[in-house]
Amino acid sequence: MKDIIQELQDRRENARLGGGQKRIDAQHAKGKLTARERIELLLDEDSFEEYDTFKAHRCTDFGMEQNRPYGDGVVTGWGTINGRMVYVFSQDFTVLGGSVSETHAEKICKIMDMAVQNGAPVIGLNDSGGARIQEGVAALGGYAEIFQRNIMASGVVPQISVIMGPCAGGAVYSPAMTDFIFMVKDSSYMFVTGPDVVKTVTNEVVTAEELGGASTHTKKSSVADGAFENDVEALAEVRRLVDFLPLNNREKPPVRPFFDDVTRLESSLDTLIPENPNMPYDMKELITKVADEGDFYEIQKDFAGNIITGFIRLEGQTVGVVANQPMVLAGCLDIDSSRKAARFVRFCDCFEIPILTFVDVPGFLPGTSQEYGGVIKHGAKLLFAYGEATVPKVTVITRKAYGGAYDVMASKHLRGDVNYAWPTAEIAVMGAKGATEIIHRADLGDAEKIAAHTAEYEDRFANPFVAAERGFIDEVIQPKSTRRRVSKAFAMLRNKQLTNPWKKHDNIPL
Amino acid sequence: MFEKILIANRGEIACRVIKTARQMGIKTVAVYSDADKHALHVEMADEAVHIGPPPANQSYIVIDKIMDAIKQTGAQAVHPGYGFLSENPKFAEALEAAGVAFIGPPVKAIEAMGDKITSKKIAQEANVSTVPGYMGLIEDVEEAVKISNEIGYPVMIKASAGGGGKGMRIAWNDEECREGFQSSKNEAASSFGDDRIFIEKFVTQPRHIEIQVLCDAHGNGIYLNERECSIQRRNQKVVEEAPSPFLDEATRKAMGEQSVALAKAVGYASAGTVEFIVDGDRNFYFLEMNTRLQVEHPVTELITGVDLVEQMIRVANGEPLSIKQEDVQRNGWAIENRLYAEDPYRGFLPSIGRLTRYRPPAEGKLGAGIVRNDTGVYEGGEISMYYDPMIAKLCTWAPTRAEAIEVMRNALDSFEVEGIGHNLPFVAAVMDHPKFISGDMTTAFIAEEYPEGFEGVTLGEDGLKKIAAAAAAMNRVAEIRRTRVSGRLDNHERRVGTEWNVALQGVDFDTTIEADHDGSTVKFADGTKARVEGDWTPGDSLARMLVDGEGLVLKVDKITQGFRIRSRGADLKVHVRTPRQAELAKLMPEKLPPDTSKMLLCPMPGLVVKVNVAEGDEVQEGQALCTIEAMKMENILRAERKGVVSKINAEAGDSLAVDAVIMEFE
Repeated sequence: MKDIIQELQDRRENARLGGGQKRIDAQHAKGKLTARERIELLLDEDSFEEYDTFKAHRCTDFGMEQNRPYGDGVVTGWGTINGRMVYVFSQDFTVLGGSVSETHAEKICKIMDMAVQNGAPVIGLNDSGGARIQEGVAALGGYAEIFQRNIMASGVVPQISVIMGPCAGGAVYSPAMTDFIFMVKDSSYMFVTGPDVVKTVTNEVVTAEELGGASTHTKKSSVADGAFENDVEALAEVRRLVDFLPLNNREKPPVRPFFDDVTRLESSLDTLIPENPNMPYDMKELITKVADEGDFYEIQKDFAGNIITGFIRLEGQTVGVVANQPMVLAGCLDIDSSRKAARFVRFCDCFEIPILTFVDVPGFLPGTSQEYGGVIKHGAKLLFAYGEATVPKVTVITRKAYGGAYDVMASKHLRGDVNYAWPTAEIAVMGAKGATEIIHRADLGDAEKIAAHTAEYEDRFANPFVAAERGFIDEVIQPKSTRRRVSKAFAMLRNKQLTNPWKKHDNIPL
Repeated sequence: MFEKILIANRGEIACRVIKTARQMGIKTVAVYSDADKHALHVEMADEAVHIGPPPANQSYIVIDKIMDAIKQTGAQAVHPGYGFLSENPKFAEALEAAGVAFIGPPVKAIEAMGDKITSKKIAQEANVSTVPGYMGLIEDVEEAVKISNEIGYPVMIKASAGGGGKGMRIAWNDEECREGFQSSKNEAASSFGDDRIFIEKFVTQPRHIEIQVLCDAHGNGIYLNERECSIQRRNQKVVEEAPSPFLDEATRKAMGEQSVALAKAVGYASAGTVEFIVDGDRNFYFLEMNTRLQVEHPVTELITGVDLVEQMIRVANGEPLSIKQEDVQRNGWAIENRLYAEDPYRGFLPSIGRLTRYRPPAEGKLGAGIVRNDTGVYEGGEISMYYDPMIAKLCTWAPTRAEAIEVMRNALDSFEVEGIGHNLPFVAAVMDHPKFISGDMTTAFIAEEYPEGFEGVTLGEDGLKKIAAAAAAMNRVAEIRRTRVSGRLDNHERRVGTEWNVALQGVDFDTTIEADHDGSTVKFADGTKARVEGDWTPGDSLARMLVDGEGLVLKVDKITQGFRIRSRGADLKVHVRTPRQAELAKLMPEKLPPDTSKMLLCPMPGLVVKVNVAEGDEVQEGQALCTIEAMKMENILRAERKGVVSKINAEAGDSLAVDAVIMEFE
């Protein structure tokens, strides 16, 4: 009996060594950790339960039968993050370059199936050279099996991808269908076709970093939701994100003890809005001053800065925040910001995370590039997302809420539950000057008359009270009491029940 | 007594005057420009009058506008504060003509002391010690040598038309005097087209020490001890104290008596300050007299117990002084630190904007002493580009200098200012500087001790261990809280361990933490221990800790796997990791910040007005490269060294963020 147990130990040790010390050293030399080291950092100490340790591939072509390492290039199992269950797969670049074979894919699929059945997030740590070419179509089939499971798990359990090395070709489409993608700066890249193919086909010369590095995907393409300095920081921040997320769509978002006063007044918010309506201010100050302990987890920080998305907690419970940012493009809506916010709103709605919206929006960005780019359909995504969301929705208009953008930004008409406005709010079809020039077109030549008309329009509409008279605004609140007001509104909505009509699924304008 | 006074000023000094007036039962009128509509002094005053657009030359220093405000409100007297109209004889005259009392000295005294040459003459006549020198023209080398010998070496040979160090020489003997005279003369002729030269005593190891005087209109005058203001940056005082750690009783008395004599000589009646330069041998020489309330007057108030503003008001009301020279106290020690919105890490560039956080330490008793904070701003307020970028004057008093410094350190540590760059870390560093602690400083202190500017404070092992222990204790609280999240898998909860590696300032400590009811004990690998007590909870921006019984106040922000901790002028990233996390973190490549030496970075958020060069241009050191407009001010950015422009990333009309790369060089 002892011998047999000893053999198990030996085999396990063999499996844990992955591709061997030399390859581990090479991985470290690249500034990357190994698959197992990463799992150690992601999960609570000693909480990892590994499955399929001894799984090996079945390929017999090209001499592959001579090289059948345990684990087949991916480590899978489950563990806990601060005591809450998550499933994890971590591709092992030291074993056959982390390439995806049929069996490698089977391991991933197994834990994904468990995750959906048992209701816990899936976290994928990607570091793979791509499909195992020796296997041909079997490897491709493996990918597709994963894809199908990503799709089925979407909206059931949160799926998080961390790109910690190469991720190219078909491999990108699994992370692409997960809820969040994070990248490690300088050591990860993602693209459908690499620099060599790009060169051959289009004659474009581009480095892997330029084509698909963390900077590209967080700032230009918006494929990634965030980038971190190194493996250690990335995994610590994923743990931090998981603390905000529910484990599945049957559970409420998590609550944790908090050390902040729900009734905390922030008198400095009374001076947040500058005297001059054309001066910007930093909406992030409002977000952090409203949040429990000033803690804000921003999503897509480096993309479409004219809208801010991310998670905070109020009374210890997760809330998703969407806010126009006057510091960037005056906080207008455009193609990028609409897409960014729409996806975020839909994530929150999938997982019962209440949504807090701060509005200071002068309208949609005009111009040919926007119209040619289809701002109509992209803008509609955000409108659609807000309108279909059944989670508690609380909105605060701080300053401008002009035109169609007013409607879009979680207005009362889109089933906003509690819609507040600061006294500085201006809810109107457009700015006073533009409105006057249309209504009083006849007086356009007379600057004095136009100025008088403008002042008249401002008096009438540059305030929240016209909307409040109609009940489009539930209450005009003092800026300093925003935290208390918003927290109370969400408290009131804790048992909100709202269901959309049965449908197979909706047809959001993609 | 006056029933209503107007304060022709803004900011902290206006607030300061209002406080005393209110205590005396006098109503107050504030004046304000557009930029100060929501300022603290406007809120504090009983009435407020709008006097125009933000620039001071269209509001605060327009005499007619102040006179209008007086008429409107019926104020009977005006306190001018410092700066603005405080030393403007025309303003004092206008008030006199209108029959309104000026809470300051008579017009003649302002005029007499307003001119450097006249004031020096009057001082000499009043037997006040002045810098020995020969103001007349010097014909030749031999006359120069003769005069220098009369003055006594070392001497400074100066071009009459000079400035910026040009045509200036220091001579320690006859030979150097001959050389210096000739070269100064040549340089003056070529630089200024004017070769007139004069010679005066060169004061070695100069210190700036000033005497506070107080006179009434009945011929009484007293001095209220001295203030030392040697810690200056480009002639701007940063740290002041009273008394001076350098003066002895005899010198103090001599300086005080001469100051009162000078004040009497010009018929002075109000509070005033006589500034001296004092050399290493305690020889003192008159510099100038300031005929107003000084910025740094609180330190005098703290050691004498005299409210100078009250005295000024009473004197202006015609009352005789109720304090006699022998009644003047010199009790304990007071220090003032001026908090400026100037970023010490960026060459003290003014930093304007919104105070997203402004929490000064509580005024009143702190430890062995007292904290006083004179301020004119509030959280959510604005530091505007139009005025002096002063945020506050933080003063501490204690029985001894060492205690006053210690109270100041703690007060600075708990002073929270966010949203703008400010010099708090710098003054905190000065408070820990051995030369300042010993009192052995000259006016060259900042230039000599921080020749490359301020780069933050590096803590010694002792200080680091204390912060490491505090961080370990805070981390334990934060980590345990994380494990209390809902949705845990029962019986498989995470247990927070006791072993933590704390990395900061390039070193790391392996620690073991044991917590009990009252706090925690942090054991270091070398066997030493630190006891940490405190009630910090996650989200608190200030951690008030007792580390081994010693009070420690830390400014705390959360970062990945740790905290950003600011204390005693140091700004540290502190990582607290499990031993395994620390081991793996060590494998991570060190990423150096990008080399910006070959780039022109935008020093402040602003609008590109003009790009003066094109790609491929060769530029010379000092050449204008680009003009940035920030808050209506045009700032010309110049080449730091010779180079060739390789790439330009901005064009006129672009709006840039701070540190945006404007252009790159080869």
